[in-house]
Amino acid sequence: MSLRIVHIWFERLVTDWVIRRQPELKQIPFALAMQERNRRVIKAVNETAQAGGIYTNMVLADALALMPELEVMDYDTGQAAKLLNALAEWCIRYTPVVAIDLPDGLFMDVSGCTHLWGGEKEYILDIQKRLNVFGYTVQVAIADTPGAAWALSHFGEAMHVVADEQLQALSPLPVAALRLETSIVDRLEKLGLRTIGSFMRMPRTALFRRFGPSLLMRLDQATGTEMELLEPVKPPVPYHERLPCLEPINTAVGIEIALKNLLEILCLRLQRESKGMRQCNFIGLRLDGQVEKISIGTSRPSRNVQHLFKLFENKIQSIEPDLGIDLFILEAPVVEELHGSQDALWQATNAGEIAIAELLDRFSGKAKTLSIHRYLPAEHYWPERSVKEAGSLSEQPATLWRNDLLRPPHLLLHPELIEVSVLLPDYPPLLFIHKGILHTVKKADGPERIEQEWWLQEGLYRDYYCVEDQHGARYWLFRLGDYDSGDVKWFLHGFFS
Amino acid sequence: MASAAIIEQLQKQILSLQGGRPCCDQPALPLGLGVMESAFPGGAFPKGAVHEFISVSSEEAACTTSFISVVLGKLMKQGGHCMWISTVPRRSVFPHALGIFGLAADRILFVDAATTKETLWALEEALKCGALVAVVGELNELSFNDSRRLQLAVEQSRVTGFIHRFRPKVQSPVACITRWKISPLASEAPDGLPGLGFPRWQLALLKVRSGQPAQWQVEWSPKSMSLAYIQLPAISGHERQTG
Repeated sequence: MSLRIVHIWFERLVTDWVIRRQPELKQIPFALAMQERNRRVIKAVNETAQAGGIYTNMVLADALALMPELEVMDYDTGQAAKLLNALAEWCIRYTPVVAIDLPDGLFMDVSGCTHLWGGEKEYILDIQKRLNVFGYTVQVAIADTPGAAWALSHFGEAMHVVADEQLQALSPLPVAALRLETSIVDRLEKLGLRTIGSFMRMPRTALFRRFGPSLLMRLDQATGTEMELLEPVKPPVPYHERLPCLEPINTAVGIEIALKNLLEILCLRLQRESKGMRQCNFIGLRLDGQVEKISIGTSRPSRNVQHLFKLFENKIQSIEPDLGIDLFILEAPVVEELHGSQDALWQATNAGEIAIAELLDRFSGKAKTLSIHRYLPAEHYWPERSVKEAGSLSEQPATLWRNDLLRPPHLLLHPELIEVSVLLPDYPPLLFIHKGILHTVKKADGPERIEQEWWLQEGLYRDYYCVEDQHGARYWLFRLGDYDSGDVKWFLHGFFS
Repeated sequence: MASAAIIEQLQKQILSLQGGRPCCDQPALPLGLGVMESAFPGGAFPKGAVHEFISVSSEEAACTTSFISVVLGKLMKQGGHCMWISTVPRRSVFPHALGIFGLAADRILFVDAATTKETLWALEEALKCGALVAVVGELNELSFNDSRRLQLAVEQSRVTGFIHRFRPKVQSPVACITRWKISPLASEAPDGLPGLGFPRWQLALLKVRSGQPAQWQVEWSPKSMSLAYIQLPAISGHERQTG
């Protein structure tokens, strides 16, 4: 299939948008002007003003002399780009590949899309009609290359529908249709080369010598000898499904049905290709051009419709259908291998694990503040480092949990400073005060010396004691450092049972 | 003889009316916790139910964690995973220490939630997941309605739930089938040796639905992985205070 490109030219993009917001301005001539060095220059004019002889890049003082009733407003330089971005996202309903052509156009790669609208003519008519309803004056053209589509939309007679007749269509057009710099256009016209056809077949070396490489590049781009890449606003996702609706949907039940349908189609496709999705976006395009989007992530590849639907279920309320949604898109930007045969083989043990993974997905989908940890033993004596976090649900411990060391079931995150009364040099405390409460030590075990691992962290060693107080409660205390080095501190680090 | 059979039949009926396990298809098996299981309906530690533990000090909390670990270790003998849901910043369980209570810490999924509301939501979802063996929830407050929701969730999924309430403001009535309070007891090293002995606890079963509240003094012996029941001379309240 050959490439088919549509170019939409918004003749008066910014002023049409202003009129859309303030319809009363339609009959009044107005212009948008911007300070340029020490004078104000007109950057956009509406149709009424244009008819009166005002044009873009005119100095404002001249324009006011010509048309004293001209309304002047400030021109915002970023406005055109913002509008085009929004329009490009709206146009995704026509094709997934839409690129912005600053300052006033959109390119769309429509290869293989037009038959859905009943043909190329109907396709561009539909685009034109709907954009006209929004209040935009547009010229739409379709051709084999972006260059030709641009030329035809700007200078073509009508909305040209050309297939493989690129050259004939291009030759009568003026040279400006090639998107050339003004200086080159001027030079060409001075030499009497007014249409593209007049120099199209000239020797390339001569053209290169006189006009530089840019003319040849633009010519090649228009004829299709050189590829021109479009940069889509949204990179297309390989795994995606669309569901256009005859009538706009605006109920939660309707959205749920649409989501279920799309999930079933996409999951069937994933199953055929032994894949599972890790991320999924559900997008609704609203009648008024707004885009509603909800996303989920899973902790292991999944293609289970019920599970994925459940993850989405909590978020469906956040969709605001407003007047209604007429196109639903489901896309899976991240997919991973997921083999069905393994599930069957390991059903007995794996079914439970899948159910748990799905539960964890719900946790991470519902609230970002829920954090999930799983711990494995690490080969360190230093208590804070003796456990490490597991990467996945199925990761197995590399070494056994050590049961021969006395460790408290409750370990404080930060050891708490205590006051002690102790016999020197290495006896356990006789009594200690923790949070203002006096504990008399009745029984004690220790010390167990744990050295700081110098290759990981600098610091003093700890001498740990297990002690039992007068009430039978057991504690894990330690002394940091020794008495020779001077300042010694005692800490409470945990509670034994 | 006949009257005993009738009473047993009636007790079974009452149990099933109260949401107990329908005993015909799967007879309740004792977990191996020893004498205490006679206090429960059917003579076995109730699975598929929510148990409530209350502790008022950090020392008691450590004992409660240990006892829950003992029960979890017995429940997970056949494998499986359990979930430990806490409200941060109070999770202080040290996975390394659970091994001596017969519980492999790598089979626990720790979930930390920021608020009590989130903890409750996570608890309910976890208790509905039949693939888990048990769920432990650490929180401060639990209203009657919330506890009903949890109890309803386990009646469907048969997951065992443990709610550990640390320093609750009010000891409100809840729909859990038991209420426990576990406190430390002075240990005794074997053969009169100096130093600490094995962990000893005072287990107080304050409430149990269709069972008999009771108290036990137990010692956990890591070698045989079992609870040993001990008889200590009664300590008067006065003595405990002045110690």
